[in-house]
Amino acid sequence: MITVENLSYTVANTCILKDISVTLPKGGITALIGPNGAGKSSLFSHIARLLPLQTGRISVEGLEVSPSNRQALSRKLAILPQEVHFATRLTVKELVQFGRYPHCQGRLRSDDHAMVTAALEAFGLMSLADRFLDTLSGGQRHKAHVAMTYAQDTDYLLLDEPLNNLDIAASRALMALLRRLADEEGKTIVIVLHDINFAAQYADHLVVLKDGCIEREGKPAEMVTGALLADVFGTDAQVAVVDDTPFVMP
Amino acid sequence: MRAKSLWICCLLLVVCCVLFMTLEARGNWDFVLWFRGRKLAALLLVGAAVSTATLLFQTISRNHILTPSIMGFDALFTLIVTLAVFTFGAAGYNHLPVEVVFFVNLALLIAAALILFGTLLGQYRVDLMRMVLTGIIFGILFRSLTSFIFRMIDPSEFATIQVNSYARFNYIDVNLLGLATVLTSVTLVFCWRMRRQLDVLGLGFEIATNLGEHVARRQKQALVLVAVLVAVSTALVGPVAFLGLLVVSIARLVAPNETHATLLPLSAVIAGIVLVGGQAILERGLGMSTPLAVVIDFVGGFVFLALLLRKGWT
Repeated sequence: MITVENLSYTVANTCILKDISVTLPKGGITALIGPNGAGKSSLFSHIARLLPLQTGRISVEGLEVSPSNRQALSRKLAILPQEVHFATRLTVKELVQFGRYPHCQGRLRSDDHAMVTAALEAFGLMSLADRFLDTLSGGQRHKAHVAMTYAQDTDYLLLDEPLNNLDIAASRALMALLRRLADEEGKTIVIVLHDINFAAQYADHLVVLKDGCIEREGKPAEMVTGALLADVFGTDAQVAVVDDTPFVMP
Repeated sequence: MRAKSLWICCLLLVVCCVLFMTLEARGNWDFVLWFRGRKLAALLLVGAAVSTATLLFQTISRNHILTPSIMGFDALFTLIVTLAVFTFGAAGYNHLPVEVVFFVNLALLIAAALILFGTLLGQYRVDLMRMVLTGIIFGILFRSLTSFIFRMIDPSEFATIQVNSYARFNYIDVNLLGLATVLTSVTLVFCWRMRRQLDVLGLGFEIATNLGEHVARRQKQALVLVAVLVAVSTALVGPVAFLGLLVVSIARLVAPNETHATLLPLSAVIAGIVLVGGQAILERGLGMSTPLAVVIDFVGGFVFLALLLRKGWT
């Protein structure tokens, strides 16, 4: 359970987050959705401790998100930021091995190697293990990054707009994989999404943000309606229901 | 594979050292070995210091193009020395113990580096373009201030600092050799112990934070180590512009992987080969017709341009 209490965030006199209090349930997939500039990524960055807290507090299963709990948090909560660029030339395997860093501080033991192999197998990356990241396609590289956070072996997995730059096949494969992690391994997945249809299809819980406030939250089937799109997103799109899942007509 | 490239480079370094010590050696061997041995030690020390400083700086600034010298680190050191001579006068400056002067300069350099570059690196996202521009402007600023003081200074005092403001591998300040050896060794041990943390730091702020590293604190620690290494090498041989970039780029080319456990020793050994081998060839083979610093900067400058053109700004 991730608890956010009275979180406010101001940049250059603009209030990005306004006194947010929200509880993200343990287990399943929780999607943060909302229009551009609603503060989804800011909320994400605060939970992921990428931004220092100005006011309020955040805790993950009672463990406070603060600089002093840095190492304990890295074993509880794995994050995948939006875009990752680094100059180091790494193979897929080397990247996934970094996921074990919170557990072994870089000195890999046999159980760490076993976990790396398990992560490579779970993501179908065994055949690419020794390829350099810069020789892979965007989708494969993305998968390698998710595999790294998987190797981190945390109960919580946070992803910031992971479907950006992925085609429909890669997007569906990634979401299906996250679904499997949530269902079979009991992981809690928090994901910032742009595409409401993906959120409606794969998430268990939706948190809708607008203008730095939590607008509403609940189950996708009840939440995704024409009213939501009109009120929050300001567009009068039609919502169809296919197999009990709401579908927003583009 | 990792051991192989390192062993080949070590072997080359030994050959270079033997050549450096024995080529055209005439006269009393005791004197030759003692005289050349000190120079050899200084060159190896400078090589290790410059290559390690460059590697650390590239890791914390997350790019393979910038080096401490491009960012104006050694220009800053020269400026501090010049200011000291200007304030105390050449007589006063030369009367102070070398070690005291060095440590005061070092402390000033560390403070200045933390203030100037610490804030630049501490930002949420490091903008490479902004870093390069800031570095170039800092470099020009420090050099201009230095030459401004040159113009105001007494000619006899000018001679004192002139020695300090150009790269020189023929005349090496051996007074500081003992101190420099101790200081460099201690710093290198710290760098080696940080190697795994440095690997993580190279993945960028977000991933390093995710993996539980305190990025800002590590960057500051690394900056202090870089400042110590730059101070040692600048005090011994003066500012060397492109040496670090050259040897670290070569090390990345021959290294089988980019972990710091591989790159730290490899780039230090390659720096030794370039300095000792180059000095042996130019000093003995070509009769000191060209200073080594000129050759290194010429080749290193090309490497810099090639890296810029190849990688672009992505």
